Amino acid sequence: MRVSSKFGSIAGIIGVSLIVLLIAVALFGPLLGLASPTANNLMARLAPPSFNTTKGLHLFGTDQLGRDVLSRTIHGARVTLTIGATAVLLGGAIGIVIGLVAGYYGRWVDAVLMRIVDVQLSIPLSLLALLVVGTIGPSLQNLIFVLALTSWVQYARVVRGQVLVVREREYIQSAHAIGLGDVRIIFQHILPNVLSAALVIATIELARVIILEAALSFLGLGVQPPSPSWGRMLAEGRSYMSSAPWIAIFPGAAIFITALSVNLTGDWLRDLLDPKVT
Amino acid sequence: MTRTEPLVRIENATKVYESRGWRNARPAPVVNGVSLDIARREIVGLVGESGSGKSTLGRMVLRLETLTGGRLWFDGQEITNASRNEMRPLRKAMQVVFQDPYAALSPRMRVGDFVAEPLCVHSGRNRSEREERVAELFSTVGLDPALMRRFPHEFSGGQRQRICIARAIASDPSFIVADEPITALDVSIQAQIVNLFKELQQRMGLTYLFIAHDLSMVRYLCDRVAVMLRGRIVEIGPAASVFGNPLHPYTQALLSAAPVPDPDVERRRTRLIYDPERYPAGEALEERAPGHFLLV
Repeated sequence: MRVSSKFGSIAGIIGVSLIVLLIAVALFGPLLGLASPTANNLMARLAPPSFNTTKGLHLFGTDQLGRDVLSRTIHGARVTLTIGATAVLLGGAIGIVIGLVAGYYGRWVDAVLMRIVDVQLSIPLSLLALLVVGTIGPSLQNLIFVLALTSWVQYARVVRGQVLVVREREYIQSAHAIGLGDVRIIFQHILPNVLSAALVIATIELARVIILEAALSFLGLGVQPPSPSWGRMLAEGRSYMSSAPWIAIFPGAAIFITALSVNLTGDWLRDLLDPKVT
Repeated sequence: MTRTEPLVRIENATKVYESRGWRNARPAPVVNGVSLDIARREIVGLVGESGSGKSTLGRMVLRLETLTGGRLWFDGQEITNASRNEMRPLRKAMQVVFQDPYAALSPRMRVGDFVAEPLCVHSGRNRSEREERVAELFSTVGLDPALMRRFPHEFSGGQRQRICIARAIASDPSFIVADEPITALDVSIQAQIVNLFKELQQRMGLTYLFIAHDLSMVRYLCDRVAVMLRGRIVEIGPAASVFGNPLHPYTQALLSAAPVPDPDVERRRTRLIYDPERYPAGEALEERAPGHFLLV
């Protein structure tokens, strides 16, 4: 117990500091005075990472158009983190509310909402994304909307399952017995007891959403060039993987670090919210 | 309001759970035509085996469960089909204490807030007044008010049950359904909690429907006892009369199953076994002794 909670707090500190670092980079990185992330320099294309300044300083090397990979990775943090966080929050909010309502009211409400979930799950993701973006056009808002649309079902299903368990507990009966309204029962008594499950989903979803954004950007439905996103950079670097691996490695590492830090923070947050551990 | 008018009146209450699915087994009533009046300041014990419908009846009285048939009155007002909004003002006067004190407390709520919750719903006190009242309630049930800010997992079973009782009496109710409140507790703690119930009853003039397994506790606490079997009350009467002169073979079997704290007597005793096949199901309650009814 002691050891695990101690370990948990160390992992939590690492996770939180990484997230703070990532956000700081996203906010203040562009102020470092690096080359513009969209400035082509065909004379310096595919330069490997080096401290050599003959072709301009490119710590992370340059890509196929001679753009500075470091600068693009930093600017990409803004795009990717904004998309990821917003999509997860939006999808989470929708999914949690639907899960709570379905689980709490049961009967036909549950049946209808869960059939919508089934429908959502049965539509291939790429088809849905093509359809939505094809209809309303590719833009940042639409991309977030599509990602949230693919993500809410996960929350809805897990939260509903938890609500079914919690709803039968005696403290919920006792909330009915003092005449509490549905809204207060759902948000004061049920929500706090299902939130930790939703939090675990959120940490998994954030990583998934970032990867998915990469896939959509690769298909040309996501972030539009020349705007840098990690997923896009990964997709572009793919064809140069053997000759110029740094184009894909740095944004790939950024995605990895983000997903890891979010997961560590999620674990720590879940323990923090559990009154038994703190 | 006359003195003789019962606080709770149950008439022919029936509960049937609809069976779902295509096979549609014939639904059996969980509570089958139960009638029971509970007078003010009276403690009625409800005993019977698991699945006899006693907890369901308790929840029906509080309208936590709808009635399939029959009628229900509380304090002279019919509440058989009262809506949630109609029930809300009455909930101040009727409360519940559950069996499992580990499931009865919300694990993420401070126990003080849990006790204060009925006050938030039913009275317009502000925060500091509520806190004062909660501290008072904690002292009433024998807990240190300093524990208000703790979470449930820091308490023992007996303490948790005291917290539940504090919450139940917070809105100053007149009627409490205690659904096996001592079953999950250690024997040494059971007596303390039963004494707390008794003390509160005398001090606040409460009325209880006390559902229990433990016959000796029921005998000690209750004025009247009702014995339930398969959804029906088979015997009901003053505690002394039912325990002293059990009439229904099921009551006799139930009493013979309870151990006697004397080894000699205990060894010579024969356990009676109630075989439902040997006895008729019974039609109606018949008075055999003053206030003592038997289902025949």
